[in-house]
Amino acid sequence: MDAFFAAVEQASKPSLRGKPVIVGGLGPRGVVSTASYEARVHGVHSAMAMAHARRLCPNAAYLYPRFTLYRQVSDIVMTLLHELSPLVEPLSLDEAFVDLAAGDSGRRLAGLGHREVTAAARGTAEALRARIAEATGLTASVGLAGSKLLAKIGSEAAKPDGLVVIEPGTERDFLGPRSVRTLWGVGPATAEHLRRAGITTIAEVAETGEAELVRLLGKAHGASLHAMATGRDDRPVVAERDVKSISVEDTFDTDLTDRARVRFEVARLADRCVRRLREAGRSGRTVVLKVRHYDFTTLTRSETLRAPTDDPGVVKETAARLLESVVTTGGVRLLGVGVAGLADFTQEDLFAQFAEETAAREEAAGDGTAAAPEPGAPPPEPAERRWRPGQDVSHPEYGPGWVQGSGLGRVTVRFEVPTGRPGRVLTLAIEDPALQPAEPLPLTSWTPPPGSPEAGPPEAGRDGDAGAA
Amino acid sequence: MKFRVERDVLADAVAWAARSLPARPPAPVLAGLLLKAEDSQLSLSAFDYEVSARVSVDAEIEDEGTVLVSGRLLADICRALPNRPVEFATDGVRVSVACGSSRFTLHTLPVEEYPALPQMPTASGTVPGEVFAAAVSQVAIAAGRDDTLPVLTGVRIEIEGDTVTLAATDRYRFAVREFLWKPETADISAVALVPAKTLLDTAKALTGGETVSLALSGSGAGEGLIGFEGAGRRTTTRLLEGDLPKYRTLFPTEFASVAVIETGPFVEAVKRVALVAERNTPIRLSFTSGVLTLEAGSSDDAQAVERVDATLDGDDISTAFNPTFLLDGLKEIDSPFAQLSFTTATKPALLNGRPAADAEAVEAYKYLIMPVRLAG
Repeated sequence: MDAFFAAVEQASKPSLRGKPVIVGGLGPRGVVSTASYEARVHGVHSAMAMAHARRLCPNAAYLYPRFTLYRQVSDIVMTLLHELSPLVEPLSLDEAFVDLAAGDSGRRLAGLGHREVTAAARGTAEALRARIAEATGLTASVGLAGSKLLAKIGSEAAKPDGLVVIEPGTERDFLGPRSVRTLWGVGPATAEHLRRAGITTIAEVAETGEAELVRLLGKAHGASLHAMATGRDDRPVVAERDVKSISVEDTFDTDLTDRARVRFEVARLADRCVRRLREAGRSGRTVVLKVRHYDFTTLTRSETLRAPTDDPGVVKETAARLLESVVTTGGVRLLGVGVAGLADFTQEDLFAQFAEETAAREEAAGDGTAAAPEPGAPPPEPAERRWRPGQDVSHPEYGPGWVQGSGLGRVTVRFEVPTGRPGRVLTLAIEDPALQPAEPLPLTSWTPPPGSPEAGPPEAGRDGDAGAA
Repeated sequence: MKFRVERDVLADAVAWAARSLPARPPAPVLAGLLLKAEDSQLSLSAFDYEVSARVSVDAEIEDEGTVLVSGRLLADICRALPNRPVEFATDGVRVSVACGSSRFTLHTLPVEEYPALPQMPTASGTVPGEVFAAAVSQVAIAAGRDDTLPVLTGVRIEIEGDTVTLAATDRYRFAVREFLWKPETADISAVALVPAKTLLDTAKALTGGETVSLALSGSGAGEGLIGFEGAGRRTTTRLLEGDLPKYRTLFPTEFASVAVIETGPFVEAVKRVALVAERNTPIRLSFTSGVLTLEAGSSDDAQAVERVDATLDGDDISTAFNPTFLLDGLKEIDSPFAQLSFTTATKPALLNGRPAADAEAVEAYKYLIMPVRLAG
């Protein structure tokens, strides 16, 4: 999908269409997730510090991401991809490989000459782009090639709203003039290494020869780079990749120095991590704590339990124990808690189960004495309600809308719906009881055809990036 | 100092005392074994600040005296000596060890720098050595081995009048054993948390004598220590701080199903089926009237199924356990029949022994085991 998060925002907020939109963390340490093409003109790109983006493009709309909506749109796109082939390998919410040689489409292609196959695949890709546009109102780009590497590079080249077909036999012509950075596994360090050897384009890599590359970069890296540069990539499309670990992390607006607060945040992250673990129906044996200090030095500590658990109490306790071995006096910028060594069974824990039951019993008994706030809990949220830029709201009189900004006791809301025209802006009191948070509205009225696999929720539309292999 | 002692007697005593030598001595003298010859007795002592050990054996004493020698070296030498009387004699700062035609000369360590061994707490009662050793091994199996939670690496010893209760848990199972002993005062009441590994070693080492005396200190001399004495050996151990969580309420008292299975065939079946349960993946148990079905493995891997006879009183039940935890318990109930009592599939199950299929369950030993919950 092209500029996925930003494109969803533009589709759902008619007033932002054709305007620069930047989605990401809006706090002082936020990072850009996605910038719309209008914003990219100003040099804004993903992974850039939000403060930097604000300097480059002060007039853009800055919005918090709405993952619920993105996930709904992504589900629709993935459903459409599954109609093409049973072999779909999602890379992220908005990107996936599809193996057209598998399943029904594969049988149709079997026995055709390579010209006919290319023509048929091109037709499939164009039809797919049209269906995605119809279902989500968003544009997708497709790279069509004989391998995952080339399909991915092709889809990048096709953006926005395009299709690139790399016909068999033309791979090296396609790759040749591109920068070595285009290849997977070539970052700034490898690129610099190659540049000193006079290699900047993929064609030059291919000409250098495998032996020379192995001397420059080592055996594994050199050999794989040579294979990629000559267009060789025989990795299969894998429908389900095994999840290895589940983790959550938080960057704090200001460094945490209070030890009690650090403990509290670790406990909160452990809870969140276990919730994700349980949603995935998994359990895990190894608890990992990640701490990034004020100076960006980052360390991880882990402890492996005797048996897999999905118990919040056990994970919390283990994470707290790991924290005891970490000095945090200088200030903590980021904390993360993860669980690895995943399994699909859970060894019940005598004490954790008993503590849970006791707590439940006390609650049922109406032991209404509110628990004292945990030590280190941040001061309670100010009593006034908080409205985040981009958030969905609704008002009984003005209808659905979204928050443009808030401050000084006021909140500015634009009342408009995805299928309508740009709406009007009203400024209301933050406390206005008529203004309520709302669920995101679907982008289109598209519903998946009955009987289609993994039918997404009918109420929503999304976009995704599709790279078809 | 000069004395003569039988080789086997010496080797046993040295080997036992040397077990308490620290692996990495915090001070050089602690690597030493203290040999003291007086009143026709040779005593050997070792101490690592946590555990102290002292053993006395009969010896022909010519000159009384005390000497400190490297414990590891002496243990190695004694193990290798021929079966002849061994003669020790000091010569200045050296000590010579002669046995048959072999002769060793060892350096001594400064006796005056050796710390005083902790005083034995005032004795508080006795129990037959075999009973004590069996009870300790039944409970220690459930203790944790993970030093991150020191409390769970201990065995809790609770003394209430003439009853001693041992308890240990690693939070996945909980073993409790009660036995009677002879206290010195009838109204004694005390609780101690002893490192499970040390307790197990000690209990095994003291089975040689008829009785073992347990010495638990209240306040005063020997506080924070427990002492054991039997068969000429005495040892003290520093207690762990803290206490196990209160456990009596953890044990369920009402059950929806009670199954009785002959222990031998049950253990064999678990061992066979568990062969496909890699890395302690669970073994699944389904009880229906008359039959227990054991299963392990998944369709991605190898699978195994076996049926054994079982009587079931109450509802059918399916649950799953870590096979190692289940086997540990079945081994320790030490009874021809095993009784498993369930409330629900995700709640702890209680394992007891039964002397016969229709006999009452043995209440002196209880093994609580937490099930494994399967996804989906």
